[in-house]
Amino acid sequence: MAKRGRGRKHERAAEPNEAKKGTRMQATTSRPAKTKGGRRAKEDQMDLFAGKKAAGDPAPAAPRSRKPASVEAAPVESAVAVPEMSEVDSPAPPARAGVAAKAAPARRRETAESIGRRQREISVAEFFQKNRHLLGFDNPAKALLTATKEAVDNSLDACEEAGILPVIEVEIEEKAEDRFRLAITDNGPGIVRGQIPKVFGKLLYGSKFHTLKQSRGQQGIGISAAGMYSQLTTGQPVKITSRTGAKKPAHYFEIQIDTARNEPKVLVDREIEWDREHGTRVEMDLAGSYKKGRRSVDDYVIQTALANPHADVHYKPPKGDEFHRERLTKELPREPQAIKPHPYGVELGALISMLRETKGRTLAGALQADFARVSANVAQEICKTAGLRPEMRPKSLGVAEVEQLFRAIPKVKIMAPPASVIVPIGDALILEGLKQTVKADFYTSISRSPAVYRGNPFLIEVGLAYGGEMPGDELVDLWRFANRVPLQYQQSGCAITRGALMTDWRHYGLQQSKGALPTGPMILFVHMASVWVPFTSESKEAVASYPEIIKELRLALQECGRRLGVFLRQRDRLAEAEKKKSYIKSYIPHIGIALREILGLSKAEEQKVVAVLTDTLERSRTA
Amino acid sequence: MASDTLKRIEKTAGEVHRSILKHQKPSLKFPLRSLSNVKYDPKAGHFEMRGRKKERTLTVSTVKTFAQTLRMMALSKELVASDDIATKREAYYVSKNWDDARFLEQPESDAVMDDVEALFEVNREQIGFVPEEKGGEISGKLQIVDRDSETGKPLKIDCTKFGSGAYSIPISVEHLKFETDADFILVIETAGMFQRLVKHKYWKTANCILVSMGGVPTRACRRFVRRLADFKKIPVYVFVDGDPYGISNIYRTLKVGSGNAAHLNEFFCVPQARYLGITPQDIVDYKLPTHPLKDVDVKRARDAIKNDPFFQHHKPWVAAMEHLLKMGVRAEQQALAKWGLNYVIEKYLPEKLAHTERFLP
Repeated sequence: MAKRGRGRKHERAAEPNEAKKGTRMQATTSRPAKTKGGRRAKEDQMDLFAGKKAAGDPAPAAPRSRKPASVEAAPVESAVAVPEMSEVDSPAPPARAGVAAKAAPARRRETAESIGRRQREISVAEFFQKNRHLLGFDNPAKALLTATKEAVDNSLDACEEAGILPVIEVEIEEKAEDRFRLAITDNGPGIVRGQIPKVFGKLLYGSKFHTLKQSRGQQGIGISAAGMYSQLTTGQPVKITSRTGAKKPAHYFEIQIDTARNEPKVLVDREIEWDREHGTRVEMDLAGSYKKGRRSVDDYVIQTALANPHADVHYKPPKGDEFHRERLTKELPREPQAIKPHPYGVELGALISMLRETKGRTLAGALQADFARVSANVAQEICKTAGLRPEMRPKSLGVAEVEQLFRAIPKVKIMAPPASVIVPIGDALILEGLKQTVKADFYTSISRSPAVYRGNPFLIEVGLAYGGEMPGDELVDLWRFANRVPLQYQQSGCAITRGALMTDWRHYGLQQSKGALPTGPMILFVHMASVWVPFTSESKEAVASYPEIIKELRLALQECGRRLGVFLRQRDRLAEAEKKKSYIKSYIPHIGIALREILGLSKAEEQKVVAVLTDTLERSRTA
Repeated sequence: MASDTLKRIEKTAGEVHRSILKHQKPSLKFPLRSLSNVKYDPKAGHFEMRGRKKERTLTVSTVKTFAQTLRMMALSKELVASDDIATKREAYYVSKNWDDARFLEQPESDAVMDDVEALFEVNREQIGFVPEEKGGEISGKLQIVDRDSETGKPLKIDCTKFGSGAYSIPISVEHLKFETDADFILVIETAGMFQRLVKHKYWKTANCILVSMGGVPTRACRRFVRRLADFKKIPVYVFVDGDPYGISNIYRTLKVGSGNAAHLNEFFCVPQARYLGITPQDIVDYKLPTHPLKDVDVKRARDAIKNDPFFQHHKPWVAAMEHLLKMGVRAEQQALAKWGLNYVIEKYLPEKLAHTERFLP
């Protein structure tokens, strides 16, 4: 019940926002504006949403918010797949609370049956079409950035998985005002013909969701969401070219998404000539806006290059100079390994479904097989603590018993998950990248050893560049990264920002107002790598503040801060010494003049006074 | 006198020179010029230095001030030797020829000048520097005997004959002589009140000498009143605003001198001065219109009670200050105009002067 409530709240919270978008979108699609308000405002809004969809969408007029939303769990908050949890919930009378709330002011009386006739499943694609802000497509500038980011993430992941040193080409062309063509080409392994439509034309289709492994993508939403946004704003299909090897033909596809069914619609599928041996090119038209400065695509590309020193990055912006960063290392990052979930991180619902689907014959066996770091002894101990028989069949456990098990887990001492599965960028490469990217007087970097939050191993890295030509009177630039992906939005809601705010930079010689980032000519590079980065939303813009993560962040930031402090103090000392030296030079002659005038010294005597006194003071300065 | 000053300057410079040649860091010893380094001597009637000194050793961080002090000494020697004078402002402009050692603002050069003055424990006029400030004005039953600057012949000035104007106290007053049969000297804070009393020839009515200070009294003004009062053995009554500034800055400085130039207070003070008004009690008795005390007034009053040796010595003053603080208000001399423009002449002053024994010390 609570869960359903949450689902509805989600939709409702999104409405005002969406309604606004809806009207704006109308302007671009030049539909006649509908007046909102009145008793049927809600339905009107629904119509607005329907209006912005691609033509031919059979949107029913009835408010869909009353349906039990099957995708309600989509904003995944935990590390574990939650959709299964819906099975746990006992089926409740559909949307009873909703009816009650609605029924009072309405004159027409609804019956369970009449409501029931309108209730149907919502496709995940439909859900995200309405709630595209959840995926990072809430304004034109951000949409262009998000689409670029999703495509580049996929390309880098694919190259690395195939052990190929990535060559990424990003091209953005302004086709018309606020209309762009985005093309991302990689030298990755390519995608087999049969999978291409699903990868790009179906949401929540991917290879990464079901494993716990450090990667950029997680859910398999991103690139298809970008395609959906393209389709929504321009009506154009996504164009994909892919080739898996020199001896294989290249395939060219044009794909649209059938949002009602969350299935791809293939418009074109043919073999073409392509001058590359292997790789993938994604091309899409979309409504967007290109700007420079913070949170721009330009910044994203520069930061991506920084976090991926092994990649060769080409970027052709709509205007201005092309950017090319050759790779800093020919060594691919060690391949991250997938791990089983750690018991400390599991949630009750996930535990229930794991036990239901396990291949283990006994409870102890299931625990041992499906979790990391659970030995026979640990499995026995968990069962004992829970008051359950180790040899009972896992599928026979009732909800209450699973809960006993769930409560027992934290009481048993279990070894931390294997940390070797985390692959850092490395302090040397961060340092080299920073040196190449910004002109500064001082650089430092640190890569901490892995730590664990909620059973997930993670690792924090910090780089710092100070001085040079950066503006000294502005807040420092905080560049946040999660699994080598730059995070551009929601800075204030991010654990990385919190870590930086909680660090007292005044100790290290910077100015810092209460509750703000420090002020100074500085860039802070902060990277979190983990088998599962706990993002605060599906658009993956901010890291959630787990205490263990904050702690690691602070330790890393403080260490870099200390090194900066040493540098700044030494620099100040040198400057001070220099100033004193010039001081002595400027003023001692006046002591000579004054003594000559008062005592009637000769010129030679005056010079002796100056020489001796200069010597005396210089000595005392260095002593 | 002049040769004595020259000797002192040369002696100090010679010591600096010698210690430099010995590869030592030379140092100068200055009396500490602040209220914390003065004590109130009720017998002598003025602030005296406690003798604490600060030593300024030539180091990298003091080299600039040190150089400036020495150059100021050199300028002073030149002035004394050639019997010339320079105003504070002129001295500041002379420094503009000192390249890096020049002063950027006059307060900097004033401070160094005060240092030099204190260093030799002389009056700044003795080292050739003269203030620009006007010395105050006189009207009433007094004849001043000055000298004609050309012929050197005595020159008698009758202070009853300035009409609506007044006699201006010169910068140097040591050579003046006085003839008077006045009963007392009335020293007034504001030029406005002075004007009123002059206009109505109050000096004739009360048989007195009127002095306008125009704010905190200058050294010349203090010295003039002191010499006049000593010479004729007549009492000095002070009439200022009833606020912490009038009491603690103006009256206190006139009577016992300032903390800043304590080595000179012996000459520049008027120990026989008594406080006529406006007293805190007057505000009550005369139902005077008031203004609330500002933060700076409150701070000044508390500071006087807590840190000023003069007020600490005189219990009635502590009580009066506390009374003022308790009321939280201040009253100006002109507030008496509430009862009529000439109320001050017809009622207030006669009533107060009838009971001089009640004046605050």
